[in-house]
Amino acid sequence: MSEPVTALKGASDTSGIAVVTELGPTGMITLRGDLSAKPVIKAAVTASGVTMPEKNHCATEGTGGLAWMSPDELLILCAYEEVHQRLADMQSRLAKIHALAVNVSDARALFQVNGPKAREVLAKLAPVDLAPDHFTPGMFRRSRIAQVPAAFWMPDAQSVRIICFRSVAQYVFDVLNVAAQDGSEVGYFNA
Amino acid sequence: MSTRLATPGRLIDRNKPLNFTFNGKNMRGYAGDTLASALLANDQMLVGRSFKYHRPRGIVASGAEEPNALVNLGRDGRFEPNQRVTTTELFEGLEAQSQNHWPSLEFDVGAINKHLSRFLPAGFYYKMFMYPRAFWKHVYEPVIRHSAGLGKAPKSRDEDSYEHFYAFCDVLVVGGGVAGLQAALTAGRTGARVILFEQTDHWGGRAPVDGGMVDGAPVDNYVDETLAALKLMDNVQIRLRTMGAGVYDHGYVLGYERLSDHAPDQAGPRHRLWRVRAAQVITATGAIERPLSFAGNDIPGVMLASALRDYVVNYGVSVGDRTVVVTNNDNAYLTAITLKKAGLDVPVILDARVLPEDRGLVAQARALGIRVLMGHAVSSVMGGKRVTGVKICSQAGEGSVLEEIPCDAIAMSGGWSPVVHLWSHCGGKLRWDSATACFAPDVDNPPKGADGMGFVTPAGAAAGVFALDDVLHDAHAAAEGAATCLDFKLPRDVTSPTAERREESPMAPVWMMPQGASAKLREKSWLDYQNDVKVSDVRLAAQEGFVSVEHAKRYTTLGMATDQGKLSNINGLATLAGALDKDIPSVGTTTFRPPYHPISLASIAGEAKGHIFQPIRRTPMHDWHAANGAEFEPVGQWRRPYAYKRGLESTHDAVMREVTNTREKLGLLDASTLGKLIVKGPDAGRFLDMMYTNMMSTLKIGKCRYGLMCSENGFLIDDGVVARIDEDTWLCHTTTGGAETIHAHMEEWLQTEWWDWNVYVANVTEQYAQVAVVGPNARKALEKLGGMDVSKEALGFMEWVDGTLGGFKVRVYRISFSGELSYEIAVDAGYGQAFWDALLAVGTELGAMPYGTECLHILRAEKGFIMIGDETDGTVIPQDLGLGWAISKKKTDYLGKRAQERSHMTDPDRWKLVGLETVDKSTLPDGAYAVGEGTNANGQRNMIGRVTSTYHSPTLGRGIAMGLVLNGPERMGEILSFPGTDGKDYEAKIVNPVFYDLEGEKQNV
Amino acid sequence: MLNIHCPNCGVTAEETEFHAHGEAHLKRFGPGSTDDQFESYLFMRKNPKGVHFERWRHQNGCGKWFHVARCTMTLEVFGSYSAQTYTPPQEIIEKIQHRRPDWSAEAEAS
Repeated sequence: MSEPVTALKGASDTSGIAVVTELGPTGMITLRGDLSAKPVIKAAVTASGVTMPEKNHCATEGTGGLAWMSPDELLILCAYEEVHQRLADMQSRLAKIHALAVNVSDARALFQVNGPKAREVLAKLAPVDLAPDHFTPGMFRRSRIAQVPAAFWMPDAQSVRIICFRSVAQYVFDVLNVAAQDGSEVGYFNA
Repeated sequence: MSTRLATPGRLIDRNKPLNFTFNGKNMRGYAGDTLASALLANDQMLVGRSFKYHRPRGIVASGAEEPNALVNLGRDGRFEPNQRVTTTELFEGLEAQSQNHWPSLEFDVGAINKHLSRFLPAGFYYKMFMYPRAFWKHVYEPVIRHSAGLGKAPKSRDEDSYEHFYAFCDVLVVGGGVAGLQAALTAGRTGARVILFEQTDHWGGRAPVDGGMVDGAPVDNYVDETLAALKLMDNVQIRLRTMGAGVYDHGYVLGYERLSDHAPDQAGPRHRLWRVRAAQVITATGAIERPLSFAGNDIPGVMLASALRDYVVNYGVSVGDRTVVVTNNDNAYLTAITLKKAGLDVPVILDARVLPEDRGLVAQARALGIRVLMGHAVSSVMGGKRVTGVKICSQAGEGSVLEEIPCDAIAMSGGWSPVVHLWSHCGGKLRWDSATACFAPDVDNPPKGADGMGFVTPAGAAAGVFALDDVLHDAHAAAEGAATCLDFKLPRDVTSPTAERREESPMAPVWMMPQGASAKLREKSWLDYQNDVKVSDVRLAAQEGFVSVEHAKRYTTLGMATDQGKLSNINGLATLAGALDKDIPSVGTTTFRPPYHPISLASIAGEAKGHIFQPIRRTPMHDWHAANGAEFEPVGQWRRPYAYKRGLESTHDAVMREVTNTREKLGLLDASTLGKLIVKGPDAGRFLDMMYTNMMSTLKIGKCRYGLMCSENGFLIDDGVVARIDEDTWLCHTTTGGAETIHAHMEEWLQTEWWDWNVYVANVTEQYAQVAVVGPNARKALEKLGGMDVSKEALGFMEWVDGTLGGFKVRVYRISFSGELSYEIAVDAGYGQAFWDALLAVGTELGAMPYGTECLHILRAEKGFIMIGDETDGTVIPQDLGLGWAISKKKTDYLGKRAQERSHMTDPDRWKLVGLETVDKSTLPDGAYAVGEGTNANGQRNMIGRVTSTYHSPTLGRGIAMGLVLNGPERMGEILSFPGTDGKDYEAKIVNPVFYDLEGEKQNV
Repeated sequence: MLNIHCPNCGVTAEETEFHAHGEAHLKRFGPGSTDDQFESYLFMRKNPKGVHFERWRHQNGCGKWFHVARCTMTLEVFGSYSAQTYTPPQEIIEKIQHRRPDWSAEAEAS
């Protein structure tokens, strides 16, 4: 079996006010269940290797991560190579309760927008208050990027990570690059 | 003549000369000039022609309210019509052309209309072009179209880029004059997040031109200091060249930032549309001076008094050597004084008022030796393309000329109207202020937000407060009030600055000059310069019964030009009120709608243009398709290969080849776009029994079943193969277009109706690349890949199994939408292309060819399989399509069951699905209707059926079709007639819709 | 453009993240119901000038349904609440009555 490829094979654009990069294959598991149930939390925490995040937040560490998607949904991030094993482990842990865990690693594209203007680039496309004291690293937001649904968070003060559907990866890459075009600084956020 | 003075201009830099052209003529200006000031400095007073009479038009104003001076700007990909010269900053190489004239600006044939003006009164178009009827299409419309429109439409694609920006704040201040600056400063000091927008390229608004002392220093100092303080505040954002364009519900405000209109070579977007969500909005939008209605007030050289002042002070430009000032208020005296001090001649100030004593500016003007005539007015202006003089009269009379005074400019002031547009956009009410004769915001009736409380506060002149000291205090209070609403507190020691007060005499409303102007004078007294609406037109409208201001506006076109009546509205409605013998407030205003000033359509589109106009969804194998001759067709947002063309073959030939190859050898279809929903839980079976018309709970693990979904209305909305994965998990395939909607449909029922059912749904559509391997050689291909048993015994028809093929982890469904031996194989999308390549590699010697959606359609139509969207259109129930076998008789309920029991749904006369075979083997036109006996009530032939799918079948060598026909299944063998739009009648026989392999032997091997 | 609060994820966002789905608190009538009941369930919708209870979905967000009590005339929003309820909660009723003293839940139900 060959190596897996992402939608854009790691495309990157460094010509603008922020660097836009498609990140490599990432393991992602959608988990739906009662988020207050101990077995659900335990399965999620074990699979992701991080602690349970609060509502509208995510916890990330290395390749591992756990994002709050909705009152009954979490997104688990892990190394792509490990996703099948981790999913199988989760499913066996959750065998006795009502929960759903599915692999969505290939259904998504993951982008990073990097640089001091990363917030501004995102604020051109997402109808979200991204002021540094309103959207802080660790928060996780599902919204839209231009015309498609997306979720994003900031691993640090100068980078944004964006998850979207794989089929619209090219669209999202293109709109991010237009938003990051040379000469388009807004100078709005006092980061 | 108008010219550049030796006196400095506040805003221009004489060390930076700029070259530009107007109608091809080379001209020079300076950095800081607007195109208006630069044109005037080059004695270019005549800049265009009016819309209806093609009257010569000159610059009237100095800002966004300018009605006349619209030009075509730029060329090719940067050509733009209807650009206001007063809001266009000059740059090196600017090219402008005047509009609405032929053959030239100086000599215009259309100007003949002015001699016909007696025959072109208000409502002329409505009256004239009604009869004879036939004239409209052949005479009137072509002529009107030729002469309609001001600018030219651009011919090239816009080469600039545009963007949006989402901003959130506590207090948004619109307008960067002294009121806006003070409001931003006060709001900023409370700690609130503040944004301040100013539409021009400089701060301070009118105040530095009009002068005054703030806290003992010139107002210029106040502007500089306030600006410096704002720049130091981290919680305040200030933007020049950004206009507050509209105020909308719940504090949504659009800001229009012009980034590079003044510097076209600058990198980055041209315009940025700010989509601001503000908790509180302060409109510090200032006021606009009103013209006076006197005969000849549209002749180039007649300008607003404030504009003349602006050109002298800001740009060092004089509009004329001898300027007559005509006014009903003190403010215009500033113009006389400014001109006089600049060394220019002011032969007379005509003041319509009779004041008991000279105070303030009046006294100052007299002290400078300017002749002031109280109770006087303009009878008429002399001149054609330029003012040459003025005939003066008594304001009280009918216009008998007392004296003729030569002059080359007239400065008029009819008072000031607050810019209430932004206040009014979202429902703010107005009050009539009789002291200043203007509509001002009624602060007790503000626009209301999500919480039902007011969210807009006017400040300064926009609130109807005009004296500098009042403006500063009002702005301070407005900002403190807005911030306090949001629980921000102003530190105790912060107070409003104080300005020196001028002695002022009250203004007197003047709606017509002279008061008893004769009909002849009224016919030359313009209200709307751009649309050529005169006092006489509004009076005629009133006389003809147009009592509502909204009707009178549309009838006369008053205020309907691109300036939206910024100068004309108040004068127009005062004229209407006068004619109706009503008071102004009872006539009311027309509705103010956004945008305040035209904004570019491209800024509204933002980034959505060209290749990112809308999202395009691509499968994991998209690039391969594109590189291998695929012609794509849109299916929702997806792009799917329609057919793969080889060499020089036509698209039709490619489709025929693909069908034949798939039937005879092996076809590969990228089926990744099909929706895939995982439904899991103890109640999943019960849930799916509600979703589908068939019984899904009884499906055995490892098996597949074709299912139909209906809406509560009973109509068929989606179909697809459902696979039982384990005890409480099902995988539901949907149509390509249905993945998201059916997912939402399932979630809707689970969340809003059966929320106590334990079911989870996940959309895994894009997790998998799915390939249909179809044809007699399908099994051989998979066996060559190797890794699992795909024999009939191991994997029967309508079964699925997990395994590996060629080293790929796969799930194989043995299902068929073609009637052939067929496998649909799902592989993780990241391996989709590699798997496709592997299939092609093993398939070459088996005759493998990819096929597209048109081939898919023909294959399914040959088998009589329906397609959602072809055989269904939102009014078709499964029973219409002969799919009764897929409707469970055992179930007591499913979505649509009750609706399907309604009388209309059980009517035996519903049109039903049949096959249609043309008698001469040709292909029926798509969507054609079959006609029956007789006619309907409208005399049209009765319809008895329609074509839903029609193709040429290469397998059968003839046209085949499906259609819905009245009593169709009982009429087998009957021949129907389908009139085509080409005039031909197509004859087709009603047959069984399964045209090929009726027994299903080919798929069952 | 409306600003909507989603009670499921707690986010307040502009309308473009949401989708409106019409009148709330409809009672489903399935097989066995009379023609009148079914007609009223499927087709008859309130269209008040004033207080309205609506279904919304946080489409470009957490994906969940919820209810909104809103004035169709002034666009004032009285509150958002769970989609998993047959009637508006007391707290919402009180908010509406506070803002619209003339409005009553009983008159609404009839």
